[in-house]
Amino acid sequence: MLKAQNITVSLGKSEILHDVSFEAKPAQLTAIVGPNGSGKTTLLRAMTGDAEYSGTVELNGHDIKTARAWELASERAVLPQATPLAFPFTVLEVVRLGLNSGVTADKGGLVMRALRRVGLAGFEGRFYQELSGGEQQRVQLARVLSQVWEPVTDDTPRWLFLDEPVSALDIGHQLQVMQIAKDYADAGGGVVAVMHDLNLTAMFADSIALISEGRVLRQAAPEAVLQDELLSRAYQCSVRVNTPPADGTYLLPHAASFAAE
Amino acid sequence: MSLALQDNIGVTTVAGDRTRRARQLTWFLALLLAGGMLLSLAVGASGTSLWSGVFDLVTGQDLALRDKVVLLDIRLPRTLMGVLVGAALAVSGAVMQGLFRNPLADPGLVGVSAGAGLGAIIAIVLGGLLPAVVTDKLGYYLVPVAAFAGSWASTLVLYRVATRKGRTSVATMLLAGIALGAIAGAISGLLVYKADDAQLRTLTFWGMGSLAGATWTKLLAATPLIVAALAVSPFLARGLNGLALGEAAASHMGISVQLTKNVSILMVAAATGAAVAVSGGIGFVGLVVPHLLRLMVGPDHKYLLLNSALLGAALLLVADVISRIVIAPAELPIGIVTATLGGPFFLWILLRQRGLLDM
Repeated sequence: MLKAQNITVSLGKSEILHDVSFEAKPAQLTAIVGPNGSGKTTLLRAMTGDAEYSGTVELNGHDIKTARAWELASERAVLPQATPLAFPFTVLEVVRLGLNSGVTADKGGLVMRALRRVGLAGFEGRFYQELSGGEQQRVQLARVLSQVWEPVTDDTPRWLFLDEPVSALDIGHQLQVMQIAKDYADAGGGVVAVMHDLNLTAMFADSIALISEGRVLRQAAPEAVLQDELLSRAYQCSVRVNTPPADGTYLLPHAASFAAE
Repeated sequence: MSLALQDNIGVTTVAGDRTRRARQLTWFLALLLAGGMLLSLAVGASGTSLWSGVFDLVTGQDLALRDKVVLLDIRLPRTLMGVLVGAALAVSGAVMQGLFRNPLADPGLVGVSAGAGLGAIIAIVLGGLLPAVVTDKLGYYLVPVAAFAGSWASTLVLYRVATRKGRTSVATMLLAGIALGAIAGAISGLLVYKADDAQLRTLTFWGMGSLAGATWTKLLAATPLIVAALAVSPFLARGLNGLALGEAAASHMGISVQLTKNVSILMVAAATGAAVAVSGGIGFVGLVVPHLLRLMVGPDHKYLLLNSALLGAALLLVADVISRIVIAPAELPIGIVTATLGGPFFLWILLRQRGLLDM
């Protein structure tokens, strides 16, 4: 269980998040959505311990403020939006950093399994800096996966925190990465993802938190959040949610009908 | 970039895994260092032969007093000093580059060198103003002690400036280091202006570095600090590897980022402070050695730190031997040798690796 209560975050003089509460259950993919600058990433950064906040964040029952860095690292891994590297590591070496920063031996070929999982088998000898942005993002996902490879250990769920995991990816790899996240949740792990693409969110999320101007407008099951009026208000533009005959949901913005404000 | 991936030994390893090469390089560098130590013991202006000395010892004959003094009281401490100073400078460079996430960082950036230089200059120019009690006690060691104090004072100031609410900003530390370097340079300039000719000569030579003043006393003073710092460095490998991904990612992977910074800064201040105090300003070792090793076997600090210690020690011994023989019986300051060899070599690496640095 991930529980964030009464989170307030200020950067300089401006308050980014106002008394926000958020919850994510294991075995679910929980998406955080909202317009640019609404505070999605700030909420994620508070819950990963990267932003100073007031309030409490509990992960698997312990307060992350008092937990040790290595304790947290054994229960959750974090995928940032982009990760520039200081030195020329090979792809294999980057993924190996997920195993206790590269000082633990790779038992069971975890590094290669993680690379195969993200579809980058054969890239292990390449230099990270030579890859495209999308490939780098998937290498980082492989590193993050190798850190918390088993979704459940000793009956304790482990967690993936993903900050816009598909921002640099083409449509095929977007689906692939979302499926990896979904599989992780289906196997009992918890996934929290900041998402921009509402259609992908509709396809994969079990729960959605919609954030606007530093407040959670609603956190609920997808069909309760993906509603015309609510989305239009949050994104300040007219949005229509359609349900195609087969299954799933897709969203269409109404062109040329942006809110006059 | 086939250079780093070639596997010349014909053993199949997983592509991109440079672990085996890094371990093999460690053995090779250990041999190189052993060779360097023998060379340093064998070569010198006096013409005393290491081999005849060893032969005499093995066959139970007494060494001639002169040979004994040359070997045991001049060349041996000088050799050990070279090993310690070379290892200290190279490992300090590697740690600084890892901490600042910048391949161009070196101990100068935390103000250690600037502080040490200022301390030395103050001692050389103003040492005469000190009460006789102090100068009599310290005597010959006044300059090293002042250099060491200077390096620690400047490190402390920088650390205080860059640390807020228990978090140290390496970017602030870097910029403050440049500012402090300028201030130290200005004060040094004033003192140089005031110095007489003999003092000018002393401080110029101090700035170029030398192992010539190595004595057992100096060695014993520097050894505990440098050995302690080197012994701590392997424990930094994990933290520095994590920092290569950035501070946030490092903490997500379970690394205590602030602890890594504190230990790194302490380690560098101890090692570089002691090394600079006993040998003066020796440049390029801290910059070139880790850079070269990263090109050969990758940036993994688990291997980079140990290999830097070995290669730094070996290179400094070779540079010292060169400094002893090129204008024998006189000696060149070793800083001239390291800069003469290191500068062009570094340029050559940069020209070859231009593409890689831009990445």
